[in-house]
Amino acid sequence: MRRKIKSYNFTIGMVITVIMVSLIILGFFWTPYDPEKMQGSLKLAAPGLKHWFGTDQFGRDVLSRVLSGAGSTLIIALGTVLIGSSAGILLGAVTGYMGGWLDEALMRVNDAVAAFPSVLLALVIISIWDTGTYKVMLALGIAFIPSFARIVRGEFLRLKEADYVTSARLIGVPAHRILFVHILPNTLPALLSAMAIGFNNAVLAEAGMSYLGIGVQPPDASLGRMLSEAQTYLAGGPWCAIFPGLFLVLLVLGVGMLGEGILDRFGGGR
Amino acid sequence: MEVTAVPEKVLELHNVSAGYKEGKKVKQILKDVSFTLYEGEIVGLVGASGSGKTTLCKCILGLLKDYEGQVIHYANSPQMVFQDPYGSLNPKKTIGWILEEPLKVRGGFSGQERRKQAEEMLEQVHLQKDFYGRYPRELSGGQRQRVSIALALMTGTKFILLDEPLSALDVTVQAQMIALLKELQQKEKITYLFVSHDLDLVSMLCGRVLYVSGQNVRWLTED
Repeated sequence: MRRKIKSYNFTIGMVITVIMVSLIILGFFWTPYDPEKMQGSLKLAAPGLKHWFGTDQFGRDVLSRVLSGAGSTLIIALGTVLIGSSAGILLGAVTGYMGGWLDEALMRVNDAVAAFPSVLLALVIISIWDTGTYKVMLALGIAFIPSFARIVRGEFLRLKEADYVTSARLIGVPAHRILFVHILPNTLPALLSAMAIGFNNAVLAEAGMSYLGIGVQPPDASLGRMLSEAQTYLAGGPWCAIFPGLFLVLLVLGVGMLGEGILDRFGGGR
Repeated sequence: MEVTAVPEKVLELHNVSAGYKEGKKVKQILKDVSFTLYEGEIVGLVGASGSGKTTLCKCILGLLKDYEGQVIHYANSPQMVFQDPYGSLNPKKTIGWILEEPLKVRGGFSGQERRKQAEEMLEQVHLQKDFYGRYPRELSGGQRQRVSIALALMTGTKFILLDEPLSALDVTVQAQMIALLKELQQKEKITYLFVSHDLDLVSMLCGRVLYVSGQNVRWLTED
């Protein structure tokens, strides 16, 4: 029974993720209307045949803005995971495999950075650098490095004692090749699962930052900013909040289930 | 007068002492261990759990750096076949990739040359050539141990440490493995240091037996 639930995680997660990502990619090339075009006559129009998700307080098409806003969210989340995981893998691999004083020193710095909630750390960085899509991505990426480093370090600590790694050392394989060719591929299930969690955290962090007004800046659409703007019109136009919220929830749910499914299906030290 | 060829030395240990730190104290595991192994012999290494067999193996393999005394290798660097056939081969790589790794490290071999040598080595340990493209998960325990032996031989070593390599295998496969080990010993003049708890097996396979006890190592039997 437990095994069936596990396999459902992977399948359902994959289906939801593929649908959501396909919609987002579609949004890069085509939207039903211009997401920034305002139409005074169509303010807070209810969902219908012309505007499936209705319109917002400026008469902009909500579906077009959701697709466009999710695109910004996707780029920021992917960029965050890319920056955080690249630096985290390098840091975790070296500290986990080498051990000794280097491990102690780098991990204490890692702990110090991890002691701040990642969104709070990103807020501090943004307050220094100013806002902007790429700055948000970089700030969140830096804030996410410690969590990736810790997971990768744990995997390398476990796998460096494996017999096949000892065998590689006896053969005379250089340390960098052992790290990235022998051990790293075996950390992939745990790493992919961590990336899925990191992606979701980045989506929520970006939405949270945009909600607070320090993420994606107008006129660019963002799911978090749409939610922030919609809260004033919850009574008159609930669809302005429901659809961006639903899109956000489905994206996070799909990727989360997929991450869990990857770990269940392909293992990863559990 | 008949002249007998003197076998060449493969390994020599001189007064090797090793221990581990336990807090501020050092727990002595081995003290003044000395012995010599010669080309083409199978030497057993027996002793109770925790007696220091693994520490001794680590000293010989160079995996333990913090020891006193001298470990002199006269052959290529020693290789090891591990007890657990399921953990000794990289699960993400094919058998061919695993066998070619020593050649990649040495360098100077084309892809075709590496593949040819790997396939020849598979045949030498009585596995078919088509194992080249398989993953370790597709192999039985005995087949994996054969691949481990093939990997050790790919390095060109003449000295292999066998850490209870038969304990995870059933009796029939054990017999096949013993035959293979003996065949390679005779054909390639490989020296084995055979670590085991099974005294019957050791007495059947090994010419000489080392016994580890109370920080010391002594010959239990000699030819």
